[in-house]
Amino acid sequence: MAKKLGRSTYLFEKRPVILSSAAVGGEKERNGPLGKGFDFLDIDDTFGEKSWEQAENRMQQLAMKTALQKAHVKRNDLDLIFAGDLLNQCTGSSYGLKELGVPYLGLYGACSTMAEGLLMAGVYIDAGLAGKAAVSASSHFCSAERQYRFPLEYGSQRPPTSQWTATASAAVILGKKEDLPLDETVWVELVHASAGIIQDPLIRDANNMGAAMAPAAAALFMRYFRESSTAPQDYDRIFTGDLGQIGSELLYSLLARQNIRIGDRHNDCGLLLFDREHQDVHAGGSGAGCCGSVLSAYILPELRAGRLSNVLFLATGALFSPTMVQQGLSIPGIAHLVHLRRCERKEENGC
Amino acid sequence: MDKKLPDTGTYAQMVKKASPGSPAGKNLFFAFLIGGGICAIGELLLLFYQRMGLTADWAAAMVSVTLIGASALLTGLGVYDKIAKLGGAGTLVPITGFANAVVSPALEFKSEGLILGTGVKLFAIAGPVIVYGVTASWCYGIILCLIGQGGMQG
Amino acid sequence: MLKEILLAFLTGGCLCAVGQLLIDYTKLTPARILVAYVVAGVILGGIGVYQPLIELAGAGATVPLTGFGALLARGVRKAVDDAGWIGIFSGGISAAASGLTAAIVFGVIVSLIFRPGSK
Repeated sequence: MAKKLGRSTYLFEKRPVILSSAAVGGEKERNGPLGKGFDFLDIDDTFGEKSWEQAENRMQQLAMKTALQKAHVKRNDLDLIFAGDLLNQCTGSSYGLKELGVPYLGLYGACSTMAEGLLMAGVYIDAGLAGKAAVSASSHFCSAERQYRFPLEYGSQRPPTSQWTATASAAVILGKKEDLPLDETVWVELVHASAGIIQDPLIRDANNMGAAMAPAAAALFMRYFRESSTAPQDYDRIFTGDLGQIGSELLYSLLARQNIRIGDRHNDCGLLLFDREHQDVHAGGSGAGCCGSVLSAYILPELRAGRLSNVLFLATGALFSPTMVQQGLSIPGIAHLVHLRRCERKEENGC
Repeated sequence: MDKKLPDTGTYAQMVKKASPGSPAGKNLFFAFLIGGGICAIGELLLLFYQRMGLTADWAAAMVSVTLIGASALLTGLGVYDKIAKLGGAGTLVPITGFANAVVSPALEFKSEGLILGTGVKLFAIAGPVIVYGVTASWCYGIILCLIGQGGMQG
Repeated sequence: MLKEILLAFLTGGCLCAVGQLLIDYTKLTPARILVAYVVAGVILGGIGVYQPLIELAGAGATVPLTGFGALLARGVRKAVDDAGWIGIFSGGISAAASGLTAAIVFGVIVSLIFRPGSK
């Protein structure tokens, strides 16, 4: 069983292992700096479907099937799926994965869904309640625009603080160390996970999500470092999911007030997925598929290649509802975190 | 918020400092240029329709119809939003912006059907303009009747 | 002819520039700005300020949404003059009928022909 450190930080005892991952993306993601790390990219973002919502279903399905194939896991051997997206009733996940016939737990963590799912899958596997489990998260620029902003063809200007919803879906398959093929010498395991607390900084501007999410990220970092008795220097990279440029700067300022500095080892997934200079994404990328696809297309490959070995992955979500904002309420933020570590077989580094 | 975080007032100040403003000078220039340009095209059409022999009122109505038609076509072709990205209020304030606000949801929500999608959502964005324009003009009519009543009886 | 076009350009450009200032310097959303323009047009048209602007700038004053508001006001005034108080209910939309019909019909036609593209 995982050990509870402090209020909601867990140290995994049996170290759940990432067996495989897959990322699916659209045209803008293909043209971004991480395009080559994706498993499947569609040039017109429709994925052969007739609506954007159905395109998102297809993305989730494609990512999950690809991840299962890469791990050589059959769907009948999968005990649980944790999945979520940004759409009302999380249809991207439920409709996309309904044919798999795998026990399904739907999540809503907005753009933090991938980290929330990894935490859940890790806890279930460590507790022996699931043998192999999968996590899936997606977002589609067009379905999100339709639900949260304006029709695609409506003419409007985005302010520089706005973020661009990624058209991406990622799936991760987790299991126990024994599930790894015998010839596998390198893998990535979950060491810690930590569940965040909703923070409401009273931001009402739907075009400044980074500002709405930064306090949740800062609060979780402060608590995680305390509860896990670690410090930023213990990790070679710290990734946040989708704070964008403004949210990242705010995160540094919030942490600096408590003398915590991460600037020298921090990257934001929203800034990695797109090229802000040339891709017109303003403050950076966002969306439930953003940090998940960066995890699969960049972070995990870097870990496997040995260029990274000890990584914090903190995904943030803006719990934004147009209805609530129209009623005058603000946009609360949430964050969840997992600590990932690279392991090599026969190595005496505690793996 | 967490007690280790600043209070929301202090945080609002931090957000204001960290958030870059819109490029106001550039936006103003293009709004003027593109908005003025649309009106200049309107004037050209107006002169054309008047030369065709239409009265001033009918010519003005035909200008609106033509601009709305052009905007609808550009919206359908996926061009209007690209002009609007540069033009801002220059593409919002003219009647072409109104047309774009009608056509874009009609097109977008086609996936929910021609009745419940296109039909229901057609005025999802532009509706308030008609609602409050008509209501304001109705109020104006009431005022006219009240102050004009004596005159009409006489 | 050039003078008329230039006047339309300058007047229309200014009306749009004011809208841009409202977008960039206030928290007003585009929908609120459009409503404000139409209502302002009704008021300015009603008190007789907008008609001289239309005579000066032509399409520069009629094409922006304030012109739509002024058109509604003028329609109501004309209908009230012609038919008395029952004109309150017909004047506004009658005057704006061609624009409204065009927007609705072209909206339907475009949605039948095209499909929205990803950005």
